[in-house]
Amino acid sequence: MLELDGVTSRYGPVTALQDVDLVAEAGRITAVLGANGAGKTTLLRTISGLHRADAGTIRFDGRDITRLSTDQMTRAGMAHVPEGRGVITELTVKENLRLGALGRSTHRDAVSIDDVVDLFPILGDRSNALAHTLSGGERQMLVIGRALLATPKMLLLDEPSLGLAPRIVSQIFGVIRQLVHEQGLTVLLVEQNARSALSIADVGVVLGLGKVVAQDDAAILAADENLRHAYLGY
Amino acid sequence: MQLINTILGGLSLGMVYAAFALALVLIWQSTRIVNFAQAPMAMVTTFIALTLIESGMNYWVAFVAALVAGFVLGALVERLIIRYVDHDNHINPVILTLGLFIVLHAVAAVIFGSNFQSFPAPFGLTGFSVGDTTFNLTPTSVFTILIVIAVMALLRLLFLKTDLGLTMRAAAFNQEVARILGVRVNRTLTLGWALASVVGSLSGLLIAAGGLVHPSYMDGVVVYGFVAAVLGGLDSPAGAVVGGLLMGVTLSLVSGYLGSGLVPLAALIVLVVVLLVRPGGLFSTSTERTV
Ligand SMILES: Nc1ncnc2c1ncn2[C@@H]1O[C@H](COP(=O)(O)OP(=O)(O)OP(=O)(O)O)[C@@H](O)[C@H]1O
Ligand SMILES: [Mg+2]
Repeated sequence: MLELDGVTSRYGPVTALQDVDLVAEAGRITAVLGANGAGKTTLLRTISGLHRADAGTIRFDGRDITRLSTDQMTRAGMAHVPEGRGVITELTVKENLRLGALGRSTHRDAVSIDDVVDLFPILGDRSNALAHTLSGGERQMLVIGRALLATPKMLLLDEPSLGLAPRIVSQIFGVIRQLVHEQGLTVLLVEQNARSALSIADVGVVLGLGKVVAQDDAAILAADENLRHAYLGY
Repeated sequence: MQLINTILGGLSLGMVYAAFALALVLIWQSTRIVNFAQAPMAMVTTFIALTLIESGMNYWVAFVAALVAGFVLGALVERLIIRYVDHDNHINPVILTLGLFIVLHAVAAVIFGSNFQSFPAPFGLTGFSVGDTTFNLTPTSVFTILIVIAVMALLRLLFLKTDLGLTMRAAAFNQEVARILGVRVNRTLTLGWALASVVGSLSGLLIAAGGLVHPSYMDGVVVYGFVAAVLGGLDSPAGAVVGGLLMGVTLSLVSGYLGSGLVPLAALIVLVVVLLVRPGGLFSTSTERTV
């Protein structure tokens, strides 16, 4: 589904990704792990076109997308849920959701705003409130719900559990699993918490200082003590 | 009686300032640029209308043609110039729009001449009268007030009720997230400049009606329209409208009771007082956004 070949990304003199090869297979959850500053966010930004790769190619669904713009990527079926502030705070909750549906790619059965409200009832209660009045956790629900409205083929999630209560995290992970199993959604999941990410993922990729240091079945990575100590911190 | 007439005069003038301020706000919201070239852009489209009228075209056809020209001019300026400015450096766009101001002036003087020419009014210029008293409200000023209200209502409808308007607001507030959501941000920016330029052109045509035009006939409006936009918070379309009306009425009162020489000073005083009391403008709604 998604294939990176020798991708390098720089910020001026800083090389954030170096020669990254990575495959995220269709209908599976691939977790990207690594310490702070390892390049996880840069990886997602490079894939979705927010940051231009300095070298290498990215293929999505059999098509070279290395030079596509972000909005083209979205319409091709890629939904990027960015790290932190992904809501448009000056718009209402409902307007944020409507925007998600506008970027819809028609690859799966349409998700409606009502479906999203069923998942996260708070979004229905606060429908007409400006998004800047939401709490951090509510904002996270809003950006994930908004991404689902676009009915993407692939979801790029940057630390979706950040600042959320464990119960909400397992609810969100449950929803994602369900979409993966029932509709064949493909997920690239960046997580700080390696243990919980590996528990829901099929495959894990470990980044260290911008390079891929391991790529294997999630269960095998989770069992590798040395790797856990060196890169995953548990 | 004089008071009522002064206020009536200020009202239609205020509507024109409001339209001009609204055009500034539309551009500020989407690109964080104060478009100093807006007055000469409006001046150019007004001269286009005048040229068409003098060549025998129907007034209203020329009026609409000038607005269409404003749309095209706004889109071209964004597409060919503004797009390539380094927005991280705040002074660059300012210098660029000031440069455009000078260039458009010079070009207009060459093409249309730099002498005063009279621009026809769409309707009568004598005030309505009841019995013996004549009010300072002419059919043309009624038209001015109504068309500005109509344009504002249409814009409000566009931004609040349509998908296109929603994508334009999204791109103005947060370009990166808008892109992630599939919005073609470049297009919405071009459209934003085009629409702002239409509104600016409208204010140019309304000021010209029944008066004289000249390459710098709009320059006074720049100052008052800009003050009106700042009064409204620069970020708020509704604020621009209220700011415009406030400027129109205040300046009309000053001119009527204290003398027209004091008008520029009065504009400055209003600006300073409002900014002292409410630094974010009268209608500031900005949240945690940093500029
Ligand atoms: N805009 C930027 N300009 C310069 N350097 C940057 C920029 N963004 C990131 N970097 C650098 O690139 C490297 C990778 O950053 P990135 O944000 O991808 O890390 P991350 O793995 O997402 O970290 P975290 O877990 O803290 O979110 C870091 O060294 C960071 O300092
Ligand atoms: Mg990160």
